[in-house]
Amino acid sequence: MSLPPVTRWAARHGAYHDSLVLMQLQASLGALPGVLDAAVVMAIPANLALLAASGLLPTEAAGAARADDLLVVVKAESEAAAGEALARVDPLLAERRPAAGTDPLAGFRPRSLAGAMRQLPAARWVLVSVAGRYAAAVAREALDLGRHVFLYSDNVSLAEEVALKREAQAKGLLVLGPDCGTALIGGAGLGFANRVRRGTVGLLGASGTGLQAVASQLHALGAGVSQALGTGGRDLTAEVGGATAHQALDLLRRDPRTEVIVLVGKPPAPPVAARLLTAALQAGKPVVVHFVGTPAPARRLGNLHFAATLSAAAETAVALLAAAHAPVPPAPAAGQAAADLLEAPVPSEPPAPPPAPGQRYLRGLFSGGTLAAAALQGLGALLAPIFSNLSSPAAERLGDPHQSRGHTLLDLGADELTVGRPHPMIDQDLLLRRLARESADPEVAAILLDVVLGDGAHPDPAGALAPAVSAARAGAAAAGRALAVGAIVVGTDQDPQGLAAQIDALASSGARVFRTVEEAVEWSCLYLTRIAERRPESEPPAVPLAAIEAPLAAVNVGLEAFHASLASQGAAAVQVAWRPPAGGDEKLAGLLGRLKQANQAG
Amino acid sequence: MDIDQANRAALERMFASRPLLTAVAPARQAIPGMRDNLLLHAGPPITWERMSGPLRGAVIGALLYEGLAGDEAGAAALVERCEIDFAPCHHHGAVGPMAGVTSASMAVYVVEDATHGHRAFSNLNEGYGKVLRYGAFSPEVIARLRWMNEVMAPLLGEAVAVAGGLDLRALIAEALHMGDEGHNRNKAGSLLYLKLLAPRLARAAPPGRVAEEVLRFLGDNPLSVLNPVMAACKAMADAAHGVAESTLVTAMARNGTDFGIRVSGLGERWFTAPAAVPEGLYFSGFGGGDANPDIGDSTITETAGIGAFAMAAAPAIVTFIGGTPDDALAATLEMYEITAAEHRHFTIPALAFRGTPTGIDLRKVVELGLAPRVNTGIAHRLAGVGQIGAGWVRPPLAIFEQALVAFAELHGL
Repeated sequence: MSLPPVTRWAARHGAYHDSLVLMQLQASLGALPGVLDAAVVMAIPANLALLAASGLLPTEAAGAARADDLLVVVKAESEAAAGEALARVDPLLAERRPAAGTDPLAGFRPRSLAGAMRQLPAARWVLVSVAGRYAAAVAREALDLGRHVFLYSDNVSLAEEVALKREAQAKGLLVLGPDCGTALIGGAGLGFANRVRRGTVGLLGASGTGLQAVASQLHALGAGVSQALGTGGRDLTAEVGGATAHQALDLLRRDPRTEVIVLVGKPPAPPVAARLLTAALQAGKPVVVHFVGTPAPARRLGNLHFAATLSAAAETAVALLAAAHAPVPPAPAAGQAAADLLEAPVPSEPPAPPPAPGQRYLRGLFSGGTLAAAALQGLGALLAPIFSNLSSPAAERLGDPHQSRGHTLLDLGADELTVGRPHPMIDQDLLLRRLARESADPEVAAILLDVVLGDGAHPDPAGALAPAVSAARAGAAAAGRALAVGAIVVGTDQDPQGLAAQIDALASSGARVFRTVEEAVEWSCLYLTRIAERRPESEPPAVPLAAIEAPLAAVNVGLEAFHASLASQGAAAVQVAWRPPAGGDEKLAGLLGRLKQANQAG
Repeated sequence: MDIDQANRAALERMFASRPLLTAVAPARQAIPGMRDNLLLHAGPPITWERMSGPLRGAVIGALLYEGLAGDEAGAAALVERCEIDFAPCHHHGAVGPMAGVTSASMAVYVVEDATHGHRAFSNLNEGYGKVLRYGAFSPEVIARLRWMNEVMAPLLGEAVAVAGGLDLRALIAEALHMGDEGHNRNKAGSLLYLKLLAPRLARAAPPGRVAEEVLRFLGDNPLSVLNPVMAACKAMADAAHGVAESTLVTAMARNGTDFGIRVSGLGERWFTAPAAVPEGLYFSGFGGGDANPDIGDSTITETAGIGAFAMAAAPAIVTFIGGTPDDALAATLEMYEITAAEHRHFTIPALAFRGTPTGIDLRKVVELGLAPRVNTGIAHRLAGVGQIGAGWVRPPLAIFEQALVAFAELHGL
């Protein structure tokens, strides 16, 4: 059998509290165990009337309370519960909610990207990791707001990627991704990133884990990372064309903190690699290159250093840093002495007269099949496409070996050209006729030859070749063109032809003489990429260096873990409480899209 | 089509609007189209059959006050014989809190937009307790209405005339700096209003105790300025209405059954859906089960960029939205997400004097799935019980979606 409820009251004199504070107190009292009802009011007549109507006005209270008193009435199951509740009044009134910290806005999670930007205007980056079908629209909104995008989301269509990157380029903004796993910007890791020392090696790559591996290895070797920019796995495909890689490379080139650049990735489309490496040649900094699964075209091409593995890339970068900071210049590496003999690998002055505007192709006329194949592997990295009658992964098949096109490298000793005649190492007839023909081609800028000495070979290859080179160069000059000729001489000072005499004869004809394929490849690549610079294309605006300056401030749309990671690294970050547009209602979302288009069109 | 430009133009008109309280006069004189058998009510159009308790009670009270019926049953019979017409206040340039019922003999505030020349109207505030706007129609309610209309209103009219118009935009701006948000908290604004009126009332009043009674009535009511503020908001919102291609909301109103909105570029059409029950704190003895669905034209304040949108200005009343001043800041910050501008005249000290979020853009509401917040009193669902709490609510998203679809259809999209 339950006891009848008890009603107890208390008054506080001269206390002013906002009525809403009192309602809060009343709710708190009402929620206490054993409390059936509670009232907390200023004891003005109207309120007393209300209490009376609710059966919450003890007669004594009605008589005692004055209008400016705070009146507390509790109806409870027991005397004890009522007493407990009344004892809680002052502590509850005194209770202050904890301050949320120094920044009153810190706890607010905006729903829109625009709202986040109002909250953190300093944010230059937007991290996007929402479901793929929404990701492109969020990325586009970020670009429209003038922000760089770290696009972690996958399942963004190739067409969207191309469109986004085109928009970004036009605005001088970066889109890292889609499917970009990692980046280190201004010392802060985005997405999946290892905690690595800040340093002077700038990383760039179309491979998230590749970048992480190199970054970690650099850290292990005592070096550090200035920036790491993932481009997304499809950036180096023919369709995307390395759009982000080019911007990122240019950014690292200009970044004063970056001393050495490391470029890694899955195998790129050859023309994309060629354009990217061509740009890298002009970086003005050492660039270490490793494309996983692609043979290195050379050990070195100008400032490009090719590494065979990811860890070799890290080691090479560290060695280059050490060399740059060594008190005395390092001794030339083996095989480099010959290159040094050539003074600079790039002609210090363009040949006189300078190349005509139409001149841009290399023609290689090789008597040695393996020399030709070796040259192709190196040249193919930068001169793409290159055509050949040889089968090589670095080259495209030349349909008619008698008809060169674009960059062409011919093995003159191939069966289809030597039918009914001696091998070109013995008989120069084919070489000389082809040399005359190629040099007359107004699109040809350089010709690369090999001269193989030794027993059994032609007794004096330079004897006929040097005058032919002179004639070819003179003919080109007469037509207003400059023809560069390089000759690889394979032989020894004991060979019967006389190595020195052969070299002298070729050199006096105006040919540049090399002792290794690598040197010739380097020279060819540097010369041809250099004259290609003369063709100005409409340059998109450069990405401002501010994009990668510390401290990082970013807005995160998607995975909360990325926001937590940024915050734990001390970066300023705002998490967007993102939802699919129109709550995922595709009809309304489509309608919003049409309105947006119509609005822009107007 | 240039929606953004249209919205900027609409906002420019809203910010240029300068609402002055210029007169207090009987509705039949002041409000165009007002007539003896017409009752104005809050919210979108509604029939007697669908009216909620408080609105029905207010209708009965108004008919008793007008002498058109002698008792509750007579009033109901009059309505059921279709002898009384109903129209939303909004159809006559007017607004009214809660039931918003306004009849021909009731005095209304006349607010004139000094920039554009149009007028807006609102009835007089009765204070707390048993009041018509919550559906009470007992003799004391009718008696109070009679005193307000016959004694106080003429005096207010004279005081306002003596003052040459009261600048309500300036009053609202000042009140926001004194802890009001202009909808649920009007303590500061009501004191400012009292301060402006007091000397003029004293001068206009006849000998005797009338001035004292009127000043006490106004001073005891922390909502006395709510109605002029609502009329000012109506004037400002109407200035932004009717701009072709604009997606801004120019009216939000509830009749206790439906929540309705109007859109600048969509003419006089209402978009409606059932109104929700507010969340909030309840007076002793009441709970959510007693509450009527959301009611009143007072959401015109949020439409004009104050009320819940200016919550960050009113930390004293944060208890019903979570309890900390940060919650108040967050409430205002959230509304920047769905609005097109920051108010030129209404600013918030706690946000470094940023303008309040103003100009609800349909597109943003639908895209973000984020309906406006509105602060509100909570009415008992039965006529005449009165206010049982205070809280906040959001209009149903569906009405913004309907409006967006209509906008797209209008423009062939």
